Amino acid sequence: MNARAIFAVVRKDLKVVSQNKGVMLPIVLFPLILFVILPWLVVLLPNLINFAGVSPANVDKIQGLINRMPALQQELAKYENNQIFIVYFLVYMMAPFFLIAPLMVASVIAADSFAGEKERKTMEALLYTPTTDRELFVAKMLSGWVAALAVAFVGFVLYVVAANAAAWSQMQRIFFPTTMWLVMIAWVVPALPGLGLGVMVMVSARAQGFQDANQIGGMVILPIMLLVFGQAAGVMYFSVTLVFLLGLVIWLLDGLLIWLGSRSFRRGKLLGA
Amino acid sequence: MDNLSLEVDRGEIFGFLGHNGAGKTTTVRLLNGVIEPTSGSMRVLGLDPQVDGPALRARTGVLTETPSMDERLTAWDNLSIYADLYGVPRSEVRKRINDLLGEFDLAERAKEKVGGYSKGMKQRLALARALLHKPELLFLDEATSGLDPIAAHHVNELIERMARGENRTVFMCTHNLVEAQKLCDRVAVLEHGRLVALGTPAELTRQYVRRLDVEIEVDEAQIPATLGVLRSLPELVLGEPAQPNGALAVTIDRRESIPEVLACLVQNHIRVYRISPQEANLEQVYFTLHEEKEGVR
Repeated sequence: MNARAIFAVVRKDLKVVSQNKGVMLPIVLFPLILFVILPWLVVLLPNLINFAGVSPANVDKIQGLINRMPALQQELAKYENNQIFIVYFLVYMMAPFFLIAPLMVASVIAADSFAGEKERKTMEALLYTPTTDRELFVAKMLSGWVAALAVAFVGFVLYVVAANAAAWSQMQRIFFPTTMWLVMIAWVVPALPGLGLGVMVMVSARAQGFQDANQIGGMVILPIMLLVFGQAAGVMYFSVTLVFLLGLVIWLLDGLLIWLGSRSFRRGKLLGA
Repeated sequence: MDNLSLEVDRGEIFGFLGHNGAGKTTTVRLLNGVIEPTSGSMRVLGLDPQVDGPALRARTGVLTETPSMDERLTAWDNLSIYADLYGVPRSEVRKRINDLLGEFDLAERAKEKVGGYSKGMKQRLALARALLHKPELLFLDEATSGLDPIAAHHVNELIERMARGENRTVFMCTHNLVEAQKLCDRVAVLEHGRLVALGTPAELTRQYVRRLDVEIEVDEAQIPATLGVLRSLPELVLGEPAQPNGALAVTIDRRESIPEVLACLVQNHIRVYRISPQEANLEQVYFTLHEEKEGVR
């Protein structure tokens, strides 16, 4: 493997992406809203409801939801009543949303890097370089992976600060990150870009352009949405065990997708029409 | 591609002619191991493109039909990334990029994004990129398309210098028949993926251009008599002779008929001052071949 060539492709892809407002806007805005603004809303919302003199029926509903999951109820038992709402939202409900970020970033960058490059007709010159198909595949995967992890880790740091700051008046201590989140960050998040990239490699071979690939490949977040709904419906919750198993499944899927992708990755197929 | 078989010598400027869709770009892709053939074999610089693609591509440079530049990056970034991809020694990268940007008159705008460049500037930058690693074999797909006459002349000089001065091989796909005639040692004409002609421009014109335009200058008083003689040779002289600029312009069936026509004129006491055949060119070869093919269809 020619590391210099691989890093040249990564450098090129990341530089090109950083110059593309259409790609950068969702990459910056989505984590900003989710990891910085949302924690404040979560903390301020019940106060606003109380301030308006409305009965916090929604808060009662959440309590009912928690009661349906004894393990979660046990985990939350150590918190005061006024803290449970905050912990439930900031720790458990936000966990699956957090997973969308690396998946989305990887998908968007892969769509730009494969289908976008085909659309801009910049792929052909790259294919005439001495890089092997495997080096190109690794480089293209690495660009998306590096960017997705960078966004996820920066997002996590921002979220740790925002969540603790927003909840300080209620919690009076640094309560976040929890063990479950640390497992998620160390085990699940690094696996997620592979899922988005693996799907996008397959989609991009057929897609005509960035938008086309992004729309089809965007469907990769649907399983994450199932986790959001599953937790909102009280069917399951993000425990350490579930997060570990989730990571295991994603790593296995990564392995399968990368194996399939690298087998079918031929430079000639990237030329397009 | 269908049954294409050809050899190109080292240091040769080889022209690859054909209409759009004839298979020129496909051939370049095949010869660089970018796509796989369904059958047949190739050796380029002694290597099999399918087996030794990366090693081969390190020794070839390709100017693609579209400049294929990352328009969101600067010219400098584009070249420095490709210097890494082609494995240009790190210590030489800066100098080589500067030299090429200077050579192609792009140095002043090296730090600007390529998206703001004119078509000709992008083409020059793409050519600089193709030369970055000093390839032994250069594939040029419409190298001078989009260039102004001065830039095109500069590129043609460069092509000649690379082949004649540095013994590098140039494989040029082109629609520009005048350029091919001027530059190429040999040309191949491709039609719907098949090789229909191969040889030096002179060989091809001799082989394919059957009619020859000849200018005959005679004593002005003898023009009517000359016309009479020429009209009496319908098997050699085709069509009606014309008379632009005092001389007679006639079309004869082939080069070998010139002495016969001249002998007839002399036998009829015509004082011939000058008889000069107009050299046939590749353009005529190309159209003859194209007409033949279309006729067959």
